[in-house]
Amino acid sequence: MIENRPILNMISHAVLILGVVIVALPIWITFVAATHDPVRMTQAPIPMLPGGYFWENFTQTLFGGGLSGTESAPVWRMLLNSMMMALMISFGKIAISLLSAFAIVYFKFPFRMGFFWLIFITLMLPVEVRILPTFQVIADLGMLNSYWGLSIPLIASATATFMFRQVFLTIPDEMLESARIDGAGPLRFFWDILIPLSRTNIAALFVILFIYGWNQYLWPLLITTETDMTTIVMSIKQMLEAAEQSPQWNIIMMTALLAMIPPVFVVVAMQRLFVQGLTETDK
Amino acid sequence: MLKRVHFPTSLLPYLLVAPQVIITLVFFVWPASQAVYQSFLIEDAFGISTEFVWFENFAYLASDEQYLGSFGRTIFFSVCVAVLSMSAALVLAGFADRIVRGATTYRTLLIWPYAVAPVLAGALWVFMFNPTLGIFPYILEFVGIDWNHYLNGSHAMMLVIFAAAWKQIAYNFLFYLAAMQSIPRSLIEAAAIDGAGPVRRFWDHIFPLVSPTTFFLLVINAVYAFFDTFGIIHAVTQGGPANATTILVYKVYNDGFVGLDLGGSAAQSVILMILVIAMTVVQFRYVERKVEY
Repeated sequence: MIENRPILNMISHAVLILGVVIVALPIWITFVAATHDPVRMTQAPIPMLPGGYFWENFTQTLFGGGLSGTESAPVWRMLLNSMMMALMISFGKIAISLLSAFAIVYFKFPFRMGFFWLIFITLMLPVEVRILPTFQVIADLGMLNSYWGLSIPLIASATATFMFRQVFLTIPDEMLESARIDGAGPLRFFWDILIPLSRTNIAALFVILFIYGWNQYLWPLLITTETDMTTIVMSIKQMLEAAEQSPQWNIIMMTALLAMIPPVFVVVAMQRLFVQGLTETDK
Repeated sequence: MLKRVHFPTSLLPYLLVAPQVIITLVFFVWPASQAVYQSFLIEDAFGISTEFVWFENFAYLASDEQYLGSFGRTIFFSVCVAVLSMSAALVLAGFADRIVRGATTYRTLLIWPYAVAPVLAGALWVFMFNPTLGIFPYILEFVGIDWNHYLNGSHAMMLVIFAAAWKQIAYNFLFYLAAMQSIPRSLIEAAAIDGAGPVRRFWDHIFPLVSPTTFFLLVINAVYAFFDTFGIIHAVTQGGPANATTILVYKVYNDGFVGLDLGGSAAQSVILMILVIAMTVVQFRYVERKVEY
């Protein structure tokens, strides 16, 4: 602290509390909506304090058919699909980037830089700008409506490869020298020395990738046509459309709540790793 | 780039890079080149015949009022989202940096919207602003504003800007706070001894010192507003009313998957790719210079 200004400190806290309130307001309204019965949620103005229907809405959303009058998978199934997709994307990305970063940093071989630039260009091609042709590739490979189709096109990523390259470059050369004197081959060195040394970086990256995978929207929307394969995030849109005919905001908002709990939990529970992962992958 | 001590050449490195290279080729390079190729084609509505037309698709886009309008709207949208979320984050970070106790608590309470999917952010805001039920139209009625984003284009635009900016505050806040906390305390103390008050210190010292972060965040926010906000638009307005919120990414999707204009959609994809590449280059040049204070 530089100087003691009680009034300014109070103003600081007041502004921050106001900021927190503004940031949290949409979630509060969602939570409140998820605790009321459907009839109450059709009367304006909507309530601002929680009601007593939380568990009823919870069980109806999770195990019932979701919205009545629409055909969709039960919400637990969508949560499972989202979880599968998010985990496959994060583990797949981490695995292939570790391997390729290892090859690029620790081996000298023809076309090394060529491969590096090939990986680099993926940075410039987000799914959103190449949706149509990528969709055609997936359809030709017969990967529509599968977990592979949901995750693999999102797996290749230059950011993760860059990050691991950076991490490996900071590992002292003596590590490799002594490992080789002790008779360790490349794979032994990778598994017993590089992986343990980059454990926190892997964890930090996992947090970021899990959120990235869980929150995918356009891609699952395109390649899943069977209700069994829908993810929780994309189901919200279908529910909003259905809401125009028969508003059941309590169920919709409960679904939205369930859809944001896993990633929000990951961010809050692993805050330190999250901040580390965010600053490392984007720079 | 390469370690001074490294393993000898063998087959192994090729096996190690193979998974990533194969995925990159099949799902990135091939589709991207297809998009470039298709952008030179015109296909009739039934997909029976295609014709190679060179730059006709691009020429059409350059004279298409709808496309140019969408371009302008996208830029307006991005600027609004960036300015709104960055200034809110700057103010919050500035105050959080001052506070001795509880800064971490505030950080925890402010960062989690980052984890909310854009489409969910859209759903939350569309519910709050629902013309018949929402809490804000109810309040706005008392000041004589008849809120209806289904009919009023500027209301719809404001709504998607709010939703997009709300989600991005967390990210900007984290980077601003980290940048402010890395400023040497002695610098700020020296300013205080010279008689600069808190406001003066903020504008004359802290704000210029975090300007590299500001520039970095500008690029990141622009990329976010250009590409990651598809979910918000799709959930909240579907580009409407009367195209008032059709941003470029939404138009690529809409023309390609709904309108089935493959050539036109591919040409738009190519323009977007060029934009991403430009932004990435700008960002990388920043990374090189970021150590300069």
